[in-house]
Amino acid sequence: MMASSYNAKEEDRHQPGATGHVGSGTMTNKMPDNTAFKQQRLPAWQPILTAGTVLPAFFVIGLLFIPIGVGLFVTSNNIKEFEIDYTGVDMSSPCYSCSQSYSWNNTKSCTCSVPFSLDQPFESNVFMYYGLSNFYQNHRRYVKSRDDSQLNGDKTSLQSPSKECEPYRSSDKPIAPCGAIANSLFNDTLELYYIDPNGSRTAIPLVKKGIAWWTDKHVKFRNPSGNNNLTVVFQGTSKPVNWRKPVFELDPSDSDNNGFINEDFIVWMRTAALPTFRKLYRIIQKKPNNMTPTLPRGEYILEVTYNYPVRSFDGRKRMILSAISWMGGKNPFLGIAYITVGSVCFCLGLVLLSIHYRYGKRNSADISS
Amino acid sequence: LNDVVFPPTEEERHLRANDRELNLSYKYADNAIKTSKYNIFTFLPLNLFEQFQRLANAYFLFLLCLQSIPEVSSLPWYTTVVPLVLVLSMTMAKDGSDDMNRHRCDKQVNNRQVEVLVEGELQSEKWMDVQVGDIVKLENNQFVTADLLLLSSSEPLNLVYIETAELDGETNLKVKQALTVTGMLEDSEVRCEPPNNRLDKFTGTLTLKGETYSLDNERILLRGCTLRNTQWCFGLVVFGGPDTKLMQNCGRTTFKRTSIDRLMNVLVLSIFGFLMIMCLILAIGNGIWEYQEGSKFAAFLPKGVNAPFSAFLTFWSYVIILNTVVPISLYVSVEIIRLGNSFYINWDRKMYYPKNDTPAEARTTTLNEELGQIKYIFSDKTGTLTQNIMTFNKCSINGKSYGEKTEKVDFSWNNLADPKFCFHDNSLVEVVREGNPEVQAFFRLLALCHTVMPEEKKEGELYYQAQSPDEGALVTAARNFGFVFRSRTPESITVVEMGELVTYELLAVLDFNNVRKRMSVIVRSPEGKLTLYCKGADTIIFERLNPSCSNLTEVTTLHLNEFAGEGLRTLALAYKDIDPEYMEDWKLRHHVANTAMDEREEKLDALYEEIEKGLLLLGSTAVEDKLQDGVPQTIEQLSKADIKIWVLTGDKQETAENIGYSCNMLREEMNEVFIVSANTAEEVRKELQRKMTPDGTEEPTVKKSRSGLFCLQKTETVADEPVNGEYAMVINGHSLAFALEKDMEIELLRTACMCQTVICCRVTPLQKAQVVELVKKYKQAVTLAIGDGANDVSMIKAAHIGVGISGQEGMQAVLSSDYSFAQFRYLQRLLLVHGRWSYLRMCKFLRYFFYKNFTFTFVHFWYGFFCGFSAQTVFDEWFITLFNLVYTALPVLSLSLFDQDVNDWWSFQYPQLYTPGQLNQYFSKRAFVYTVLHSGYSSLVLFFIPWAAMYDTVRDDGKEIVDYQSFALLAQTCLLIAVSIQLGLDTHYWTAMNQFFLWGSLSVYFAVIFTMYSNGMFLTLTSSFPFIGTARNSLNQPNVWLTMLLTSVLCVLPVVAYRFLRILLWPTINDKVRYKVRQDKVLPPTPRRVQARRTSTRRSGYAFSHAQGYGDLVTSGKFLRRTPKTKISCWALVKVIIMCYYVQDFTMQISNMFYYRCIHEM
Repeated sequence: MMASSYNAKEEDRHQPGATGHVGSGTMTNKMPDNTAFKQQRLPAWQPILTAGTVLPAFFVIGLLFIPIGVGLFVTSNNIKEFEIDYTGVDMSSPCYSCSQSYSWNNTKSCTCSVPFSLDQPFESNVFMYYGLSNFYQNHRRYVKSRDDSQLNGDKTSLQSPSKECEPYRSSDKPIAPCGAIANSLFNDTLELYYIDPNGSRTAIPLVKKGIAWWTDKHVKFRNPSGNNNLTVVFQGTSKPVNWRKPVFELDPSDSDNNGFINEDFIVWMRTAALPTFRKLYRIIQKKPNNMTPTLPRGEYILEVTYNYPVRSFDGRKRMILSAISWMGGKNPFLGIAYITVGSVCFCLGLVLLSIHYRYGKRNSADISS
Repeated sequence: LNDVVFPPTEEERHLRANDRELNLSYKYADNAIKTSKYNIFTFLPLNLFEQFQRLANAYFLFLLCLQSIPEVSSLPWYTTVVPLVLVLSMTMAKDGSDDMNRHRCDKQVNNRQVEVLVEGELQSEKWMDVQVGDIVKLENNQFVTADLLLLSSSEPLNLVYIETAELDGETNLKVKQALTVTGMLEDSEVRCEPPNNRLDKFTGTLTLKGETYSLDNERILLRGCTLRNTQWCFGLVVFGGPDTKLMQNCGRTTFKRTSIDRLMNVLVLSIFGFLMIMCLILAIGNGIWEYQEGSKFAAFLPKGVNAPFSAFLTFWSYVIILNTVVPISLYVSVEIIRLGNSFYINWDRKMYYPKNDTPAEARTTTLNEELGQIKYIFSDKTGTLTQNIMTFNKCSINGKSYGEKTEKVDFSWNNLADPKFCFHDNSLVEVVREGNPEVQAFFRLLALCHTVMPEEKKEGELYYQAQSPDEGALVTAARNFGFVFRSRTPESITVVEMGELVTYELLAVLDFNNVRKRMSVIVRSPEGKLTLYCKGADTIIFERLNPSCSNLTEVTTLHLNEFAGEGLRTLALAYKDIDPEYMEDWKLRHHVANTAMDEREEKLDALYEEIEKGLLLLGSTAVEDKLQDGVPQTIEQLSKADIKIWVLTGDKQETAENIGYSCNMLREEMNEVFIVSANTAEEVRKELQRKMTPDGTEEPTVKKSRSGLFCLQKTETVADEPVNGEYAMVINGHSLAFALEKDMEIELLRTACMCQTVICCRVTPLQKAQVVELVKKYKQAVTLAIGDGANDVSMIKAAHIGVGISGQEGMQAVLSSDYSFAQFRYLQRLLLVHGRWSYLRMCKFLRYFFYKNFTFTFVHFWYGFFCGFSAQTVFDEWFITLFNLVYTALPVLSLSLFDQDVNDWWSFQYPQLYTPGQLNQYFSKRAFVYTVLHSGYSSLVLFFIPWAAMYDTVRDDGKEIVDYQSFALLAQTCLLIAVSIQLGLDTHYWTAMNQFFLWGSLSVYFAVIFTMYSNGMFLTLTSSFPFIGTARNSLNQPNVWLTMLLTSVLCVLPVVAYRFLRILLWPTINDKVRYKVRQDKVLPPTPRRVQARRTSTRRSGYAFSHAQGYGDLVTSGKFLRRTPKTKISCWALVKVIIMCYYVQDFTMQISNMFYYRCIHEM
């Protein structure tokens, strides 16, 4: 077995005195350098998968993941969430009639009221979302149909938007904001009323600012500069074809929420990754006195100004009320996944341990030559 | 090489000496050469054109074109342009610098000066201005300007000596002779063959003063040769520049590809098929989606096209997106890895030979991983296994054996001793100096009975020109022991015997031949005593001994057995005193026989037989055909690695067998050694059909299958058959010629493959190549040929890998080899260490690379189902651009440049580690399918875990997180972390570089995303960096990190569990050795190997490796006719004469190279 008595070690011995053992010094000039790198002797860590490392790792992962999973699961379960579909597919649903008459440019708006009740009160801040299903905001032609320079307030792009925006680039005048994303801006209006036990309706105050990312609001989206009067700034542009009012009238009351920096617009422009998505619509802030819950249990009415047509492609519209936690919104998946992976890991560890116990001796068997 | 290329325009060349006008009218090429490919203007277009001829580059160009179509473009142009430009410019820079070098070389060669005879006067001109028909004058040590017809020279008989090292690698001098008539430089006309590439052939006629003389190769000096030992010569330019034989031979060398290369081509093609299927599925999905949903979605989406056309466009869009399965970086990385591993070979000090300052050299940088898959080695013998040095090692004189290893003998008492000679037994010197008559007779015999020619350049500095090295060794031994052979004439031999000058009269030389296996001389001493000295094979000599020697014979036989057991070549020596009267009579009859018209040979033989009788035994010599250092050990190691070694040699059967025994390739305990030396096809067939297994099939089993691209290649494989016991085969050239015929080659291969050792002797270079081709054809195994001389060139070129032994006399083998080093023993390091590592690394790299890119691509595939099959990418476009180029390039390169399973020491300890490579275990179609399945699993995890974890969720402040950009960031980060961990799992050897590159790449990734998604980048290049703020907004979310952790663990867990189980239950040799390495942290001491002492009854039949005919030569006196001013030894001339003997004797197919080489080996 120890056959290599003559391996290259013989020459290795010459190395320290390399210059000495050959007669003339000039002879050794082609000798390769004796560096660890060139001789492939770099010091290295050579881990191998042994029972000593693998099995503990499995157990540690198992023992680590199960508590994390339980924590996540409990957290997610504690988040209160309420969801209501107001598309109006059923004949019985209040928005059925609104959903039937569909056109983008209806001058007359259709409203419907959807009653619902909350079984549990919502404490703390409540976030109101609208959700769309079967809506392909991630379609390639849709995603690229925008002009970020225009939205960033670039004047040249305002007057001549990017070609990507076609066919929503111009209609006799350049369109601002151009492109399919902007053109299909969600334009339902949702209002929430609390029905007192005595029957009177109280409008719940909805905060419409603070719903977009800070970076979007302050960096990515900017109105064209030069004039505080947006009407003048956007002169020479036309509104997107599906819009009822031009961009500078999105929120005339608040100049900080108007034009391109309108937060509803910004939220819409951040396209969703998946065909079912929810977007933050309003925030219901908790009561300052902290005594009463933000949304007490009881009866509510959702007043919908029904503008956004989704029936044609089997879309669904939802209104979601949700609280949040440190891990975001309600989603039990992570918790379940962690628990599952943790348990599988632990069990696998046990199985491997037993296999190792039975067959582990084999490995040390001598190597046949 | 042997294809004769005739330009269609020229059928015969016609020229007239010194008549430029006439010669120019033929428009022959002048003597300028051009090896460069480009000039300044053609460089860019030509080089680009060449580069785009490579399939991969063309494919990426096609992708680029696709991307420029807006309807199709799913990725911005820069994703393809950046890598493509990088690759193209790197290659361009390399080609450019190569061509610059060629330009420089051309310029230097073209501007060399030569003297040309113009109008009767010599004028110095540049080489490139020399025209066909010019007469040029060459001086000593000058390069030959063009292919010249030799006209005259300074030497007698118009001889010139040339060295052909540049042409065929041989450094020995060759003689050319001019026609005597051309001594005068008069107008002459030459008609000759058109330019061609045959180095050994020239036909033409010379017309001078109305007389026609025929011209042959002996009159031609070829460009590339150097004039030596000749003061000057004149030559007529026949072929110039590109027409010279040298340039005509500069054909493109065949481009060797490795089996991994071929496998990769097949895989890449099937990957393309797979890619097309994926694209087709997605395109059909798109068509359905457009039909069912898209048409209704039209209010939101910009107006699309109809469903079928959309599907068509989507198909191409997906071709662009999914092309990452075969990214351009694959090809670049493969080249870099091979280059790196080649550098390791060049840098290896353990393959550096200090004696002649030769490091190993990887001359081809594209074959490394094949070094780890060698199954058959074809080795030359002389100069490869052996040093071609014979040393007088031991002897037995008068029943006493000398030469046991003791201290070195001091020969300083003998001022004529050869300082290089060493002997290790002082007692022999003492006996000689005491004047022991037997010992003195022994050495006197060695000093007299030979055909060596002495040369005394300076007083006391003797050089022996021996035609076989063993004869040289014997004469040198005699010289050192005080019997110095000083000089010879045809009639006498002068010897200095213990300081006394003695001249013997040489009466007869009874020459060697194959049947006699002995040679004798009959000399008359100054005292008038007639003695016959005879040396030869022991069996032959013992038959002719005087019966009184029987006791001595017994003892000597014992010694001979001992010597033979050590693998030494033995000779028995005997002498006999001859009665003068008998001698007179014998001499008379000898003369008659010698001049007989018929049956001369037989008559001479009978006479020799008659006189070589009743000899008195003196003893025996043992000469070591010195193996190169470490040869038996290397062979043992290689055979442990399951590599079969076949020796192909031009040498004689006896010597080849002898070397076989001393290398341990042939062993006495073998069941049988088949000797195939039949002379007819039928006999050869009978000898080949030997049964080695009791239940073996009559006919060899041949499996037919198809392989290669589109299964176009038909392959036939001769199956390995089980063998009971150990066998070996020795086959000679004559039999091999029959066995290599179509109808017998399978039979040959089958028998040969069942033998442990195969030795082919007396084979021509062509046969060497044929044997290699045979194994290549029917075994589908990787072959390696190793040799040192020009006769090995064909085999080196034919084998998958050719190795040249450098630092020996010729360079021809090295020049056509892929790897070269100075010693045969480095082969084990080349294969067992470098080859194994290269193969391991390449396979790891490919497996990992395909895993990484398939995973990357499959994620896109899954996403297709969620984005309406619209060819939307999951990842950021910049990530797609940089993934292979920046984020994963260096870690995977460091894996494939530094990884080693066990270090070199352990690789030598367990040569079995080499076998997985021969069986293609690390990367095969099967391994590839596993890789694809693995990446399928990983991509499912990497897409669906983030999908489910992010489904309908929000940030911890209620804002968005499932937007496209955040999801892209999450998915790409998960992917990068998962593939990095996988890389970590695959890495067995974590150097600081690996750590640095892995962690560095991850940090670079995070640095890059934070930079690219920063405000500044967005504000400067708004449209290119739309992902502003994504990193900041999503990487601060705990659920994002929890998702990454989960995906990583899920990707890794099954792999770890599987690998752990595999090591536990089905450990490979590799796992076992790694486990052992871990246990034995301290290397166990290597036990010294003790050479087993054994005796052998088998010994080489005859020690001389020389040819018949020298006896006549030394007595003819031809060689003595030399002028004092020539510095060349007469030996070169003798060689030329011998060559003629040889060619007559051995008329086999001799290729041009062989022509020069043969005399060394035969």
